[in-house]
Amino acid sequence: MLDCTRREFFGLLGGLASAALYRPLPPSAAQDSLPGTGPSGRLFDPARAGRPLPPVTARDNDAAIQVIEKQLKCTCGCNQDVYTCRTTDFSCTTSPAMHQRVLQLADRGQDAQEIIDQFVRENGVQILMAPPKRGFNLAGYFLPTVLILVAAAVLVMALRRWARAAAARPAAPAAPAALDATAAELERLRRELDSLPG
Amino acid sequence: MTVLGNLALWVAFLVGIWGALTGFAGGLLGRADLQQSARHAVFAMCAALVTAVFALEWALFHHDFNVEYVAAYTSRNLPIFYTWSALYAGQKGSLLFWASVLSLFGSLALTFTSRRHAPLLPYVAGVVCAVAAFFVTVMLFAANPFARLAFTPLDGNGLNPQLQNPGMVFHPPMLYLGYISITIPYAFAMAALLSRRLDTDWLVAIRKWTLVSWLFLSIGLLLGMWWAYVELGWGGYWAWDPVENAALLPWLTMTAFLHSVMIQEKRGMLKKWNLALVIGSWLLSVMGTFITRSGVISSVHSFTQSPVGYYFLVFLVVAAAASFTLYARRLPLLDAEARLESMVSREASFLFNNLLFVGIAFSVLWGTLFPILSELVQGTKVTVGPPFFNQVNIPLGLALLALTGIGPLIAWRRASLPNLRRQFAVPVTTGGFVGLILLLGGMRDGWALMAIALAGFVAATVAQEFARGAHARHRQYGEPYALALARLVGRNRRRYGGYIVHTGILILFIAFAGMAFKTETQVTLRPGERATIRSPYGWTYRLTHLGISQYDALNRQVTAATLEVERDGKRLGVLTTEKRQHVDGLGRPTFQPSTEVGIRSDLREDLYVVLGGVVNGTEQAVFRFTINPLVWWVWYGGVVLVVGGLVVMWPGGGSPAVKRVQAGYVVRLVGEQ
Repeated sequence: MLDCTRREFFGLLGGLASAALYRPLPPSAAQDSLPGTGPSGRLFDPARAGRPLPPVTARDNDAAIQVIEKQLKCTCGCNQDVYTCRTTDFSCTTSPAMHQRVLQLADRGQDAQEIIDQFVRENGVQILMAPPKRGFNLAGYFLPTVLILVAAAVLVMALRRWARAAAARPAAPAAPAALDATAAELERLRRELDSLPG
Repeated sequence: MTVLGNLALWVAFLVGIWGALTGFAGGLLGRADLQQSARHAVFAMCAALVTAVFALEWALFHHDFNVEYVAAYTSRNLPIFYTWSALYAGQKGSLLFWASVLSLFGSLALTFTSRRHAPLLPYVAGVVCAVAAFFVTVMLFAANPFARLAFTPLDGNGLNPQLQNPGMVFHPPMLYLGYISITIPYAFAMAALLSRRLDTDWLVAIRKWTLVSWLFLSIGLLLGMWWAYVELGWGGYWAWDPVENAALLPWLTMTAFLHSVMIQEKRGMLKKWNLALVIGSWLLSVMGTFITRSGVISSVHSFTQSPVGYYFLVFLVVAAAASFTLYARRLPLLDAEARLESMVSREASFLFNNLLFVGIAFSVLWGTLFPILSELVQGTKVTVGPPFFNQVNIPLGLALLALTGIGPLIAWRRASLPNLRRQFAVPVTTGGFVGLILLLGGMRDGWALMAIALAGFVAATVAQEFARGAHARHRQYGEPYALALARLVGRNRRRYGGYIVHTGILILFIAFAGMAFKTETQVTLRPGERATIRSPYGWTYRLTHLGISQYDALNRQVTAATLEVERDGKRLGVLTTEKRQHVDGLGRPTFQPSTEVGIRSDLREDLYVVLGGVVNGTEQAVFRFTINPLVWWVWYGGVVLVVGGLVVMWPGGGSPAVKRVQAGYVVRLVGEQ
């Protein structure tokens, strides 16, 4: 006979049942490791976090590479440069591939201009974020400024002509005395208008 | 309800055509019955279109997924806030929104315009009816928001995650309100041309409307910038995207108009120019819609593309031809009443200001359309991105900023040398001093330095104007300076409200200059690992990856990364950045995972954190850290600009006679009884 009270008996029974039903949690759902103490745990559903990414390397942050990639347009249809797309739209697979191509060309010893020229040879000038400054594209860059300068010159000439014409016109006759103001009031008005800004 | 919606559209269509015909005929023939009928047609059209809006909202809120539009832009689990805004999330709903707001604005214009302008109103009704009828035509024959599907899906597609942002709830309607309200000044301009009443009177009728349009466009643009910054995740707020450009174009020409109209009001000059600006602004707003809707130029706003853009192209060509033909026929009636007297005058500075506004508008339009032109001329479609626009527009923008300071310092009609010396001394010294301090402080970016130095010059101009005005009141009335300042603004709202707008603009320029010092870096961090980044101000941020959690919320599955932020060893708090996988009511993914940016903002800079994704399904995460100096000032400058606009358009301020008494004089003008 087990020598125990009813409460102790049910307590023991509960403990045995818990031990029998106990299943250790699978590693994927285990508690995260403490910060900085070991490898991090797996996420409950990695797919929710988007496309899996490789770790960032020092070359991904290379300023010289960034400068090149900011001049090249990503061809995924995002309308952004390669650097902005690969660091913004993390679902895009095109810009990371273009980034790898830039790194590959840089590894071959090509400088920035040579890399850009290579991309243009492979993809056409539409791969550039801004058209090259030659031929008809020069109109793109300079026409607005040239037109504004021409318009400004025309405006200056017109203003000069108008100013000369205004100076040549005889002074307008004095306005009829339609003001109910005393000479003192008019003098005060003149003084204060003079002191007003603008 | 879709039957009601369709019926309402047909009623609006027929009434619109009737209103256009009776409006123009009534005005030209002088028949009061037709004029009255056109007026009633605008009201009836408004009622029909509001009914159609009600029918579509009913379908949206009742999840009637048999309606193609409802299935395309909502889902059962879409928050109510966004279900309402789905009205203008898609093309067809936007057209309905546009037409109904236009008819509402038309009704307001007809109701509240003074009887003094009664001869113009039939034409105004005709133009409003014609434009609104065009939108209804597009809906009925190409993009019907009440079109039904052959089947009823269990759930809808849901709203694009990028549109599920408060900025996107308010940004499109504000921009649309800006675009749409330009139609009213345009309608008055056409009315003035048709009726040959081309004195300055029609300008008085549209004064408030032009300010309303400008204000809505400004708010729409600012909210769009804010949305792009907090939602798109690329770390900036303006990308010279064709659709952004399309919104900027009418804003530029309307701003030019708001300046040049003062010359017409004061001196009776620039009549031709002002009419052209109003017509051009309206055409640019239609063109913006064409660019947005057609997909003729690739844009981030690709969710709105469809062939209806070409309806707009035809409409644009016909409207431009009709408007400018009429304009050309009336040119002999548009001679100036006065001539400019001096190169050095407020009028001349306004002319140069207009030249720059229109020049910038042209350069933006030119850059936006250049890919098409290049394809036509060279057979190659080139890309025209931010490097192009920045190169062309930064110098022009700085010249405009300089004129913002110069204009108010020059007297009307003719400025004398002593006057110029007195006016320019403090602002020029301030601008030079600011530039020198920045140079000595180590700033080497030429454009940024110029922008901030010029902003200093403009700030000194504005401060000087306020100080002199308040001082004059203080001296004359003995008012304390604070009261004098308040009354100065209250009684000269247009002038001093304008200076507040200038203050907003200079703050915006300073903020834009800050982006020259943007820094960004990508890192991979395990929980507990830290990254260190250096701010352009010299201090160091340390960001510790605390871990990633995943949970469900509303209509999305969230993956949230939390980072602890320290600056120079002092803890600032935690930042969270998310990946969101949106799902429909059945738990099925609807779009690609989107990014929610974590932003820590202060007056000096923003720390902008983006969760790129995770490595091998673990908590090891890829982050992009960006430091954006002075971004907060974009929003602050925007608020100042809008407040200035509100001051300018705030009603009241007393009649001109009252103002003359308040100014300390009682002067009877010639001809005044």
